[in-house]
Amino acid sequence: MVLEKLGSSLYEALRKVIRAPAVDRELVKNLIRDFQRALLQADVNVKLVLELSERIEKRALEEKLPPGVSRREHLIKVVYEELTRLVGERPVPPRIDPSRRNVWMLVGIQGSGKTTTAAKLARYLQKRGFKPALICADTFRPGAYAQLRQLAESINVPFYGEEGSKDPIGIAKRGLERFKNVDVVIIDTSGRHKEEKSLMEEMKRLSEAINPDEIILVLDGTIGQQAAAQAEAFNRATKIGSIFIAKLDGSARGGGALSSVAATGAPIKFIGTGEGPEDIEPFDPPRFVGSLLGMGDIEGLVRKVREAEIQATEKDVKAFLSGRFTLMDMYQQLESVRKMGSLRKILSMLPGLGYSLPKEEFEVAEKKIDRWRAIIQSMTVEERMNPKILNASRIRRIARGSGTEEAEVRELIKQFNTMKKMFKSLRGRRRLFGKLPFKVRGLRG
Amino acid sequence: MFSRLREGLRGFVERISKVELTEKNLEPILWDLQLHLIGSDVAVSVAEKLCEDLGRRLRGASLGRFEDRRAFVRGVLKEVIEEILTPRERIDLLELAREKRRSGEPLTVVFIGINGTGKTTTIAKVARLLLDHGYSVVLACSDTYRAGAMEQLEEHARRLGVRMIRHQYGADPAAVGFDAVKYATARGVEAVLIDTAGRMQTDRNLMEELSKIRRVVDPDLTILIVDALTGNDAVEQAEMFDRVVGFDAIILTKVDADEKGGVSLSVAYTTGKPIIYVGTGQEYGDLEPFDPRWFVERILSGT
Repeated sequence: MVLEKLGSSLYEALRKVIRAPAVDRELVKNLIRDFQRALLQADVNVKLVLELSERIEKRALEEKLPPGVSRREHLIKVVYEELTRLVGERPVPPRIDPSRRNVWMLVGIQGSGKTTTAAKLARYLQKRGFKPALICADTFRPGAYAQLRQLAESINVPFYGEEGSKDPIGIAKRGLERFKNVDVVIIDTSGRHKEEKSLMEEMKRLSEAINPDEIILVLDGTIGQQAAAQAEAFNRATKIGSIFIAKLDGSARGGGALSSVAATGAPIKFIGTGEGPEDIEPFDPPRFVGSLLGMGDIEGLVRKVREAEIQATEKDVKAFLSGRFTLMDMYQQLESVRKMGSLRKILSMLPGLGYSLPKEEFEVAEKKIDRWRAIIQSMTVEERMNPKILNASRIRRIARGSGTEEAEVRELIKQFNTMKKMFKSLRGRRRLFGKLPFKVRGLRG
Repeated sequence: MFSRLREGLRGFVERISKVELTEKNLEPILWDLQLHLIGSDVAVSVAEKLCEDLGRRLRGASLGRFEDRRAFVRGVLKEVIEEILTPRERIDLLELAREKRRSGEPLTVVFIGINGTGKTTTIAKVARLLLDHGYSVVLACSDTYRAGAMEQLEEHARRLGVRMIRHQYGADPAAVGFDAVKYATARGVEAVLIDTAGRMQTDRNLMEELSKIRRVVDPDLTILIVDALTGNDAVEQAEMFDRVVGFDAIILTKVDADEKGGVSLSVAYTTGKPIIYVGTGQEYGDLEPFDPRWFVERILSGT
């Protein structure tokens, strides 16, 4: 799997956080050390890694916790947000104006995979009903013309090139002249690197001559610390619109290429995952970061934590702490848990937990929450605000009304009293939220 | 070339020669060096190992009162890097060619590596080198997979004025190599350079295919081509190609793209195999011999 190595080491680092009894300075420092190593091993730019870890440390230790959010959740959120900053917030789809011809130009270092990428993009567009065309403006590398022509033939895309010509601008112009009625023209160019000043200059002239809608920088997924400097140089010579990371089917972790996002401000739109024209995937940053951290849907989790930030107000928490905790509040707690969706789904969003808890436990817990909600719904307002008045006959009525057993009603009352006591005794301490009335810890640990 | 690595090492020697060599003093300095090495594309695992090694040798070293601390640190650093770069076996391509000429057999060399590292360009450069030294050369295109691969090598063959052996696209790569060696033996051509398709080292089947080429051709030399811009993956590549296919030497390419010099340490450390040449440009003449001692002198100059 793409980038699984970086994923598993970040995941391991986060798992330590999930497992640790408490989140303290030491733990945060350890997490950051593990993170640094994982990111450096993935070829993320050293300077970026240091900046990132500094910010995580600062935010994790200094930021004020929103009410109802544990330091653990907060830490995960911070890590997620910082990683997202690194790779981008959301997927950026290719920009195609269907009312006219679009021109994309591929640039990059020698051997980064431009020609293969050109065919992949053409195939991708073709499969989605667009009419692409390919132009070979690589006049330097022997065999470049034959390569793109053969690839174009194999996917049945019109191709233009001039074998033996030394005039990329002329070729591109004549090619564009020919392809007037297509949706996207993709122009392949010669490989070059930042030290080859005259070739960089040539690229600049080419792009000025044909004025492409988008210049796509193709970066080798195995590239190391040089990525940022190279990407910067390309961006200086001619504005880079987006980035394509090639060769992510090997063991490379792509961090070098990721660092080029920060260096250019251009988003990654696609990644290459094999040699064939079909081996292309749109790049989805949240999913990417989620898979890096070894969890399915961290974005969903973060959103939920954010919602919780709004729901449980400071006032509520203070009220609980001062002992004004009623069955009404408990009901709201249960309700909000239920609103988040199935417990199993919520917990599977937390790293480490989703894999380890047996399915039955969730079902039992979920069922219990539903029955308790029914019980509370069958109470009068007075009973909810002042549970002390619940006597045997009221309990019998509630059990009948909610379709439950009297024993269950008693259990709920008992649980409520325990919680209330806990709130009182734990006044001022944050950990109280770790003790929800059902047996699933970690949700608010 | 390698200037970044040089600066880092200079800074390290500078700082460390000013303090007592205690654990407490060494730790932050070694950490900074490690980051600097990583920033110069030395793989994380290799940088860690190197710093550990350095730390062990520097820690508690008792220096005479009037001993030159800077010279001592520099000496230790030089030792550690030289140890990494000194291969288990020395390999000299031209010497090997001379030996083969004496024995009357063609020199056979297979070039392997992942996609886009510069195998084909490097083959053309090596062909130029051999031609310049008076050897006759034939090229073989065992890359029967990638579109345009044959046309690419063919164009080089044309420019160099040598023959190229090819089959159809999709043909058995090992058979192409075999034919080329047969051709060379029959015609008295002195060197056979075999190009192979690039492949990710994680692709088990394609790696097996390379092993087959090696079995069938039984080359005198198998050379791994590594892109000098590679990051940590260089270690992975060197390891896997060594384990599954086996190779004798390494050529680093695209060194002129302002690479930071660290990859050489990574691959040498990982495999113990010599780096014999570095590619420094797009012209046929842009192939320079790599001498570890020269390299160490260069990156330590000014310390």
